[in-house]
Amino acid sequence: MLVFLVKRLLNAAAVMLAVGFLAFMIFRFVGDPVELMLNEQASQQQRDELRVRLGLDKPFVMQFATFIANAVRGDFGISYRNQQDVFTLIVERFPATLELVMLATFLSLVVGIPLGVYSAIRREKPLAKLIQFVSVLGVSLPSFAVGILFILLFSVSLGWLPAFGRGQVVQIGWWSTGFLTHSGRLALILPAVTLSLFQITLVMRLVRAEMLETMRTDFIRFARARGLPDSSVHFRHALRNCLMPVITVTGLQIGNLIAFALVTETVFQWPGMGLLFVQAVTFVDIPVMAAYLMIVSAIFVTLNTLVDLTYALVDPRLKQDAIAGGAGGR
Amino acid sequence: MTAAPLLEVRDLEVVFDTRQGPLRALDKVSMSIAPGEILGVVGESGAGKSLTGTAIIGLLDPPGRIAGGSILLEGQRIDNLPAEAMRRLRGAKIGAIFQDPLTSLHPMISVGDQLVETIRTHLPLSATEARARALELLREVGIPAAETRIDHYPHQFSGGMRQRVVIALALAGEPKLIVADEPTTALDVSIQAQITTLLKRLCREHGAAVMLVTHDMGVIAETADRVAVMYAGRVVETGPVEAVTRAPRHPYTQGLMASIPSMQTREAELRQIDGAMPRLNAMPPGCAFHPRCPVVEERCRSSVPRLEATPHAAACWKVAPEALS
Repeated sequence: MLVFLVKRLLNAAAVMLAVGFLAFMIFRFVGDPVELMLNEQASQQQRDELRVRLGLDKPFVMQFATFIANAVRGDFGISYRNQQDVFTLIVERFPATLELVMLATFLSLVVGIPLGVYSAIRREKPLAKLIQFVSVLGVSLPSFAVGILFILLFSVSLGWLPAFGRGQVVQIGWWSTGFLTHSGRLALILPAVTLSLFQITLVMRLVRAEMLETMRTDFIRFARARGLPDSSVHFRHALRNCLMPVITVTGLQIGNLIAFALVTETVFQWPGMGLLFVQAVTFVDIPVMAAYLMIVSAIFVTLNTLVDLTYALVDPRLKQDAIAGGAGGR
Repeated sequence: MTAAPLLEVRDLEVVFDTRQGPLRALDKVSMSIAPGEILGVVGESGAGKSLTGTAIIGLLDPPGRIAGGSILLEGQRIDNLPAEAMRRLRGAKIGAIFQDPLTSLHPMISVGDQLVETIRTHLPLSATEARARALELLREVGIPAAETRIDHYPHQFSGGMRQRVVIALALAGEPKLIVADEPTTALDVSIQAQITTLLKRLCREHGAAVMLVTHDMGVIAETADRVAVMYAGRVVETGPVEAVTRAPRHPYTQGLMASIPSMQTREAELRQIDGAMPRLNAMPPGCAFHPRCPVVEERCRSSVPRLEATPHAAACWKVAPEALS
């Protein structure tokens, strides 16, 4: 297990280094940072001073090394737009996005898995066919359209839920949470449902396909031949076999959700990282963009590694492989 | 066959509904098994032997369905039971063993847990008692170091060991009848005899009857008390195993016996039955075997011969004069 872990971590570090290089290239070569930071009236002396202060006079490799060293310490420079430390800016916004994404993921599993199981084991029933049909809508409707429709229905027409913002938040250390106040919870509902809609259908369709496949296997037939109750055959035996792909997809989708929550965040004016990024793009705020890229990749890589480790926990065969020689990285 | 039969299959018909119309896969199949008896069911692929077993354990999947006849267990009809009642019978009264031990066990659940789950489904035992019983079963089927092996997963066992676990699972609910569908076919030849002997011994000890489905006449000859020979969805000959192997009456059984290599007689070539079994959608009229029969005569082509009602019975015009209505 240790060899396996070390291998995965080295892998992750290599990926992060590559992403860091990309972020650095954006920072360094998309426009001249000096031009972007100073106003047009700045003198040549001021320009040179800033150039030295930013370390842009040093050789390329040195600059990259400094960039990585700073990034590891969480120093991504100063935002061009509001002259704040980029990392602090992102850390402030991060809890909002993560809470949204976690709730959306939770919804997708809690709703998606039972729907998938139901539509697989009762696939002749009209309800199962209806679910299957509706799920096509879930996959094909873009989230901004759904979000706007929700706002129209639940905020404007019915007035049940807030249309934008996070409501009241409670500060716990550096983390700000909306789960602890009534308005915070209300404000979470619409964006989370909007964000989870695609995930629910994805999980549902995945579980359904895997269940249908598993129900045909010999070990399910043998479980039925031993007279095990249907609930045990379906949930203990069949569903368990379907969990691997669900874990993979969910793990990767959490990364995707964090990265692409920006559409939902924009629609609901949700003060998360996505909104920050959209604003950064509008103002060509390159340090923020570079930092966002790095942080989102770090989340992706971490999730991937966690997914791989979870495999070993769920499937005893992989645990064996991993112990034997760290070959479990499938 | 003196005592009341444990299992009785009467004129069983299984039909598959297809787009081209219904296909009759089993046609008036009758057989019976006495308590503790081992009945061998033999025939080539597609003869309907596995299908008969599947119908008995009630796991026929659509589009297959029982279209006629009846299955009686201890005198009670079980072919028309509601799904839940049939589920309770499976494992408790009728156990099953399938062909491939490599895929019969759930890969992510330890063999102990699979046993405990099965035991507790059918017997009112606590988790600790069930585990003790699971351990005892594993010892009985000859798993070495059962105390440690009980927590292992199927992939840590060899094929032969896995089939032993499967047998333990089939016996877990103390069934009266075990339907063993080709239990040794997927195993190495060297392991086959061990498993067959084990199955025979355990069923004797537990008082379970066995329906042993196989295409291997050799296994039948060594293991079974009686045999039913199937051909194209019908039983063509049935009787005590010595009688059928020594003096087969149906031309198909005669052909089958002649195709077994013998240690005594050295022949340059084994005899074989020419031709192939008819497909379900192209069944010939009359006796299904007549296109391949060496002693075919006119009436074989038009009317189906009935299986005699004698202890050693055949369904052939040469031995039975009465036509199947």
